[in-house]
Amino acid sequence: MTTQELEKNFQDKVDAEVRIEPRDWMPGKYRQTLIRQISQHAHSEIVGMLPEGNWISRAPSLKRKQILIAKVQDEAGHGLYLYSAAETLGITRDEMIEQLHSGKAKYSSIFNYPTITWADMGAIGWLVDGAAIMNQVPLCRTSYGPYSRAMIRVCKEESFHQRQGFESLLVLSNGTPEQRAMVQDAIDRWWWPSIMMFGPHDAESTNTEASMKWKIKRFSNDELRQRFVDMIAEQVKLLDMTLPDPELKWNEARGHYDFGKINWEEFWNVVSGNGPCNKQRLDARRKAWEEGAWVREAAKAHAEKRVLREKQQAA
Amino acid sequence: MNQTIIKYYYGDYGDKEMPSGAGQHSPVANEWPLWEVFIRSKQGLDHKHVGSLHAADARMAIENARDVYTRRQEGVSIWVVESKYIHASNPDDAESFYEPANDKVYRHPTFYDLPDELTHM
Ligand SMILES: [Fe+2]
Ligand SMILES: [Fe+2]
Repeated sequence: MTTQELEKNFQDKVDAEVRIEPRDWMPGKYRQTLIRQISQHAHSEIVGMLPEGNWISRAPSLKRKQILIAKVQDEAGHGLYLYSAAETLGITRDEMIEQLHSGKAKYSSIFNYPTITWADMGAIGWLVDGAAIMNQVPLCRTSYGPYSRAMIRVCKEESFHQRQGFESLLVLSNGTPEQRAMVQDAIDRWWWPSIMMFGPHDAESTNTEASMKWKIKRFSNDELRQRFVDMIAEQVKLLDMTLPDPELKWNEARGHYDFGKINWEEFWNVVSGNGPCNKQRLDARRKAWEEGAWVREAAKAHAEKRVLREKQQAA
Repeated sequence: MNQTIIKYYYGDYGDKEMPSGAGQHSPVANEWPLWEVFIRSKQGLDHKHVGSLHAADARMAIENARDVYTRRQEGVSIWVVESKYIHASNPDDAESFYEPANDKVYRHPTFYDLPDELTHM
């Protein structure tokens, strides 16, 4: 078959909603796009453990500590599901980790913001996991089989993340004036970075067109962002709090909330490495990797020794 | 027309059937081997493939599989097999490979035209 025929074959399958599996022919660009997207998604889950891990030892009760540990452990799991999905495309785990550590691969810039009060744990669950879910639910139907299966698993686990976050804020919002102020402050700091999580406006987003044609993505950045704004603008009322956007207003004609201008300068600044915690996050990942090296080597040596011993006994 | 198709074999299928030289990956020196994980969600059901993970040996693979794939009681039994031992059929041959089953409609119960009065069948 010629390349054109293979490509047509591939696109016909995608159009007919037939999932692409690892050994099927696929255009090189499709493979590349997926490797980039899935590995960066995996990195985000892994780096995403750091801001929350920061509060495990300081959670206000045993119950909240258990919940937080369970959530952070889930994020580790999400990273692992996604790394193994990416590996089916021909990149190795070590290559991906090397790309993260060298700064070649990005991760979601939301995790480069600091977590300075306990209310940040609630705000992250509600807003950050909430935005992630908005992005991830359509990915359950993404055209690449292993990615779609990983996302189904992830989405099943995510819903508790968002609910525990909102509940935690709800409890604080019924508390003392200081606790209420803490909630409002956390919302004020996390709101804008959360809506930046959907990425640049459609007009400026370079990968959208091909990704839509290949059904890797099913909705554009702006569509998903609007849905998120509409959802949160209603939910915030239940907390009796406000979102830090004076231009946020229900637009009857559009049937959506209008919202203010996003500070893209800040976004690109954080993406390119100058956010408040970029260095700290990468340093923490590199340190964990380097300090774990002896464990990886020892486990391998131990496994090899055991195989050898079993062979000797059999002989 | 002859096409050179670069294929990568890695991940949730074996790499045994790799045609010589195509998309060959030099195994990474320090990586733990890759294992495929199969889970029985409850007694009475088959083990089902759920994904893969890295581990130094089978025992570690089972423990890791428990932590990665059964945090919410998704399983009562785990199988792991090193990915390189999985043999897989070739998707490029799918059409001819499964062709023999194509024209045997008489294997299906709906093929048989029976009177409506006939019950319990
Ligand atoms: Fe996650
Ligand atoms: Fe999450």
